[in-house]
Order: sequence, then structure tokens, then C-alpha cells
Amino acid sequence: MLEFLKAPVLTFQEFVQLSARASRGVVLKPYYWDDVFTQMDLIGVGSLPVVILTGFFSGAVMALQMSRALQTYGATSQVGMIVAITLVREMGPVLTALMVAGRNSSGMASELGSMKVTEQIDAMRALGTDPVMKLVKPRLLATAVVLPLLTVLADFVGLVGGYIVACVMLPLTTGAQYWNTAWRALGYDDIAQGLLKPFIFAIVLSLVGCFYGMRTTGGTQGVGRATTQAVVVASVWVVVLTFIIGRIFVSM
Amino acid sequence: MSNPQEEPILIFDDVSFGFDDNVFLRQVSFELRRGETLIIHGAAGSGKTLLLKLALGLLPATSGRIHLFGQDVTRLPEREWFDVRSRIGVLFQEGGLFDSFTIEENVGYPLLNQRLLKIPEEQVQPKVEQSLDFVELGHTLEKFPSELSGGMRRRVGIARAIVTQPELLLYDSPTAGLDPITANNIIALIVKGRDVRGATTVIVTHRHQDGEILERYRYNEKDGGLRPVGSNGDSTRTRYMVMKEGAIAFLGASFDFDCCKDPYVAKFASR
Repeated sequence: MLEFLKAPVLTFQEFVQLSARASRGVVLKPYYWDDVFTQMDLIGVGSLPVVILTGFFSGAVMALQMSRALQTYGATSQVGMIVAITLVREMGPVLTALMVAGRNSSGMASELGSMKVTEQIDAMRALGTDPVMKLVKPRLLATAVVLPLLTVLADFVGLVGGYIVACVMLPLTTGAQYWNTAWRALGYDDIAQGLLKPFIFAIVLSLVGCFYGMRTTGGTQGVGRATTQAVVVASVWVVVLTFIIGRIFVSM
Repeated sequence: MSNPQEEPILIFDDVSFGFDDNVFLRQVSFELRRGETLIIHGAAGSGKTLLLKLALGLLPATSGRIHLFGQDVTRLPEREWFDVRSRIGVLFQEGGLFDSFTIEENVGYPLLNQRLLKIPEEQVQPKVEQSLDFVELGHTLEKFPSELSGGMRRRVGIARAIVTQPELLLYDSPTAGLDPITANNIIALIVKGRDVRGATTVIVTHRHQDGEILERYRYNEKDGGLRPVGSNGDSTRTRYMVMKEGAIAFLGASFDFDCCKDPYVAKFASR
């Protein structure tokens, strides 16, 4: 039983150590701003299409599915409220994070993993740079800035998706009604929750991606394994964390 | 004042690495003095690369003590290691070139990043070119490592190792997987790198000829080739080390090396 637990506990300990070094690194010099902006471009601009698409369709689908239930009560006009709350609180942050986990946590794991197995990480240390500062920190900073922005965008596009469905497919709903109910439904705590979540997800996504990349062993096969693990672990953490954060906000 | 030639650059004192059943390095002790050449032979997995990684502080020793440049570095925190590493040049087994950087950026990397060096930015470019000319690859500045052949990549690795003019040079299998002609060229470059600046050199290799060239030849500044070591008391002060299963099986001069009776050691000596 103890043997069985040893590996995951050790992995978690190493993850915490890396996280501690990276977080301490955030306030220490040196800063490699070039790398930060490159990563922002890669993660932010690069994820735009996929984030916009998922945002749009998740909003549209919400409106479509909820309209059936609302019809029973003759309350189709309230569809804007439902779309707004689910998108801003849950679907926007979680779906965006899952997309970025699939695109970028995997990308970080495979990039750093390839560097690890070809001795580039060792070379980096031998030639005077700390890989945590040069590789992990820029990815952490870039994701932390970019993921909340992507989430806001996904939320907005999702609302537009819901709006189109409400106007075109649902009877008894006007555009003005849709936006009106959506606007009134949102409180400040929804916005706070909707922005806090992507920020925390960003930290987890980037650190998990870098962590699995940096501990890669065993050649190309190892790189593939690290990539898969990074995506799986990052995605699981996203859904677990969204529950925990949601629980805290609900009880407040 | 002690003779600077007698000053030990690298000391391993009873160093081990590994835990419980997995011991990869057992009680390794040796001293390397300034200007000496150390040639390390050994079967695959005998701990040669590990030895270099410990000397660079890329891995911490489990027990024993390591001294570099007169400083005890056994428990040195990572941040302070960077100062020590800026005095060491290293060529990794696979070259360790950054494949997303050009050759110029690769060779310039230690100049721009080694904190202790503080090279003004306008001096980086000439130094990079000088170092690449040294390995006769001055025309490859804008290329990427993937565009070069294996031997050329190894030479870029050497250029990157010597660009900071380090006092200690570590080469991990510089000739592995190369054809004999390219391999001899690489070794000639290593001799040149050693003799032009008088750097202390550690080299891990599978080929007996590599050690022989390093021991018996010096770089000839007049014609740019190699010349046999003169008889006027000049010596490359070369020693041989043979590793076996993480321990030192042999350490000594070439005469003892060639005469060693141990069948494992004899496999690496010329006969």
C-alpha cells in the first residue's frame, strides 16, 4: 500500500518544489521579456480561433438546450440570464482552460521534454541560465496574463452565440430581452469568479506543462508520455479546481 | 607562493552517487591539476558522463566532497553554481545545442548569459566569429543546428565550449558516432583548444587513438597542424582513467596504462 503511494507523493512533492521555485522566481531577476512576449503570442494569439469557436458554440448550445426547459414554464425570454450565468461562471473559464491545456500544456511538455532528452536543459544550466527562470517563468507569466483575456473573449462570443440562437430559433424572444436579462443576471461576484478562475487555471496549466516536460526521461517515447500526462493532469486539475473555487463562492 | 601548475583545479574526494541498490558512482577520488589532461575510458554505463555532470554541479553528490578551483562546491546552492560554471567549458555527448537558435546564437549564449563574464554586447559578435573560425565553421552563423552534419554540430559544440576561454574544459564523447577522419579532426581541435590557452582538459572517449593523440601531440602554431611532443622535457601531462561499474579501475600515466594486467583495463589500452 505504501509502495503504491510513494510514486504519486514523490511526484507531487517535486511539483510543489518546482512551483515554489517558479513563484519565487517571479519576483527575482533576471526577466527574459522576449520569451514572455513570444509565449504570449503563442498561447494567446495562437489560441484565438479555437477559443472563439468553442465559446460561440457553447453559448449557442446552452441557449438551445435551456429553451426546452424554459418553454415548459413559458419563460423562454429568460434564456439570456441562463446563458450569461453559466458562461461567465463556469463554461467560459473551464472550456477555455481545457482548450489551452490541450494546446499549450501539451506544447510546453513536449518542447521542454525534447530539450531535456537532448541535454539542452543541462546545457542551459552549464552555460549560465537557470531553466526555471528562462523556460518556466516566461510560460507562467504569459499564461497568467493571457488566459483571463481569452476567457473574457470566450464569454462574450458565447453570449453572442446564445443571442443568435435566441433571435433566430426561439419564439417569444427579442434581442433586447436577451441582452437585458443577460446583463441584469450578472453580479460582481460572478465577474470576480469568472476572472479568478482563469488566473488560477493559468498557473496550474503552465506549471503542470513545464513540470512534466522538465522531468521527462527516456527519449522520444518519454516525450510522448510526458505530453499525454501533462494534458490529462492539467485537465483534471481544471475541473477539480473549478468545483473547489465554485464551492467557495457559493458559500460566500 | 605555490607553483600555479601544481594547483589542483578539480578534486573528487570519496564521491559517491546513488541510493540503496542503485549506486552509479562509488567512492571516486582523484585530483586534476592546472594544465593537465585527463582521459576517461570505460564501458557504457560505467559512470563517465555522470562524473562530468557532478563536476558541473548538474547533479548533487550523494556523499563525498568535490572541490573546484580551490572552492568546496559539494553543497553549493544552484545560484552560486553559475559563477563556478562560467569558468568551465563543456561539450555534451549529444552536443546539447539549442535547436531553436541559430549557430551564432548558440555560440553567443554563454557570452550573454554567464553572469560572471559581463561581456559588453558589441564584443559578443567578434568573439563568436573568432570561436567559429577556430573550428573552421565561420560561414555557418545564420544556420540552424539541424542544417549541419553530425561532425559540424560537434564542432559548433566545441566552439561554444571554448568561446568563454574557460580554465577547465570537459568533453563528453566528442568523437562518438563519427567517421575516423572527422573524429581525428575533432581531436586535433581539442588539442588546439588545450594548447593555445593552456586549459585543463577532461575528455571522455571510447577510442584509444583519441587519448594517444592528446598525449603525444601538441598544437603547432606555425603551420596550424599538430607536432609530436618535443623531447626537451615538454610533456602534455596526460593521465588515463578507466571506469568500471561506477568505480575507478585504473588511474595513471600511459606507461602503466599500457602495461596494466587487469583484463578490463587492457581492453582500453593499445595492444
